[in-house]
Amino acid sequence: MNPGPTNARIGYIAFNTFREAVRDRVLYNLIAFALLLSGAAIIVGEISIDIERLVVVNLGLTAVSLFGVVIAIFIGIGLVSKEIDKRTLYTVLSRPVRRWEFVLGKFLGLTGTLVVNTFFMAIGVFLALLYVADKFEKMDLWVLVALYFIVLQFLIVCALALFFSSFSTPLMSAVFTFALFVIGSLAEDMRGFARTTHGVAGWLATAIAYLVPNFSALNVISQVAHGDPVPGRLILYNTVYALLYSAMAISGAVLIFQRRNLK
Amino acid sequence: MAAIEILDLEKSYLVGFWRKRLKLALRPLRLTIEEGEVFGFLGPNGAGKTTTLKLLMGLVFPTAGTARLLGRAMGDPAVKSQIGFLPEQPYFYDHLSARELLNYYGQLSGMPAKGRSARVEQMLERVGLSASAGLQLRKFSKGMLQRVGLAQAILHDPKLVFLDEPMSGLDPMGRREVRDLIQQLRSEGKTVFFSTHILSDAEALCDRVGVIHQGELRAVGAVAELISETQGKIEIIFYAQKVPAGLTSLGAEAGVSGDMVNAVLPEEQQDAALEVLRRERLKLISLTPVRRSLEEYYIQKLRPPEGQNKDEQNHEGQNQDGRNEDIRKEKAVDRKGVGA
Repeated sequence: MNPGPTNARIGYIAFNTFREAVRDRVLYNLIAFALLLSGAAIIVGEISIDIERLVVVNLGLTAVSLFGVVIAIFIGIGLVSKEIDKRTLYTVLSRPVRRWEFVLGKFLGLTGTLVVNTFFMAIGVFLALLYVADKFEKMDLWVLVALYFIVLQFLIVCALALFFSSFSTPLMSAVFTFALFVIGSLAEDMRGFARTTHGVAGWLATAIAYLVPNFSALNVISQVAHGDPVPGRLILYNTVYALLYSAMAISGAVLIFQRRNLK
Repeated sequence: MAAIEILDLEKSYLVGFWRKRLKLALRPLRLTIEEGEVFGFLGPNGAGKTTTLKLLMGLVFPTAGTARLLGRAMGDPAVKSQIGFLPEQPYFYDHLSARELLNYYGQLSGMPAKGRSARVEQMLERVGLSASAGLQLRKFSKGMLQRVGLAQAILHDPKLVFLDEPMSGLDPMGRREVRDLIQQLRSEGKTVFFSTHILSDAEALCDRVGVIHQGELRAVGAVAELISETQGKIEIIFYAQKVPAGLTSLGAEAGVSGDMVNAVLPEEQQDAALEVLRRERLKLISLTPVRRSLEEYYIQKLRPPEGQNKDEQNHEGQNQDGRNEDIRKEKAVDRKGVGA
């Protein structure tokens, strides 16, 4: 029997990962998100003057980002390790499935889940905007760009979670990934600090500032909340950066997983 | 063509946190299994059976050696599409139903969409799970999971089937069905390699068996030959109310059951024993050479080699350092050999 094409196998694994997340009620977070956002929109509509849009965009996009990052970390760290622990991997890898195909399929399945999740949350954000402002404006288009950047953040977080879980325990993987998310959100400040520091400390600060994922460049929430446009160049740079960074982390995960003995 | 050629496959692990020690899981294993053969891999728990299967499936990597499956290197995707594997105590994606799981595995095995669904239903029927095919696997019992495991192993009509303890977790009826399944695979010309520690299963199903213990293959042979070897003794059954004195003096171990006597004695005493019966005018029922069972053979193979006392055995079990030294020496010799 022909083992079939690689991309088909990756697709099947990705779909199974997505189906698992949906059946494990991961998308239930949407209910909490909807409650949070509709409550906030109503309160903001009652008390504030002229800053309703600012508050809804800020709160909505921050919630989209945090909900997604938490899902990305907590599912990402178990993507491979859970399959090893539960030995579900045995019957997959004894088939014509290469280890890298498995890792990539799992990654794409989780990012697919997050994209769907973000899509529904984005609908929530726009509905809340419509509620407080009665109509959409041209500057609301920049909210879409901010949402796109948030998805790029998820890509990197998923890849990092997968990378750490390829050699570490789930708990430590969660700690490492979350720590990198926090440090990466301050990457621009760290780069500024590195520029003002000299000697070994300056060299070290520069190395760290450029090694950690630059999540601050992917965060334009405050900018779009004020209705400021996002330059096209930044969209291009951020896209290339996120894809390269994720590819590197996934490659690292594959390299480690390729050599790993399954207990 | 050989279905499985294991060429000095060896596996050792580093264990311990501070002081790393080498733990040998499988000593160099050389074994050939022909196409169409049903081979039983026997050994107690922890003997190295599962390690061997994991090595062949590419789940762990060998320290040394290699293997060829259906004439190709193990790990070749083209070979894997012709292999079925049932792990020990299998666990599957519990968010899926049995039908969805089999369909997913069919996709991964490269089964064409056309005919896949029909094949899935056929497999569910074959393992008796048609009625619960739509139920999520998290609601399945251990025995039902084992049946799903068997179905996924033969779903894609593989030429070579590896089963790790296929009877485990099954009730007597389930075990009978697995036996029938293996017989059926044999009649379809498949090669079956299965590990077990249930000897009656191996005796009933296998063409050949291998006995592994402490990571070392102790014996390989055809079941018929192994169990037909006589032990140099004969068994005589005859009608009598008590054991004749002449027979006891020949060294017979005898017992009376109703109006029959059953006596086991050395083969060379056969003529003398028959003479005793003739003299006493006793009616002979049967005289047969004593054959050992597979169980006796198995237990004999698990015994330490002669000259190795119990203390040495214990030492070997508890402290691997001495053995590790041997391994290091062997490896050094191997490297020299390769270099030369």
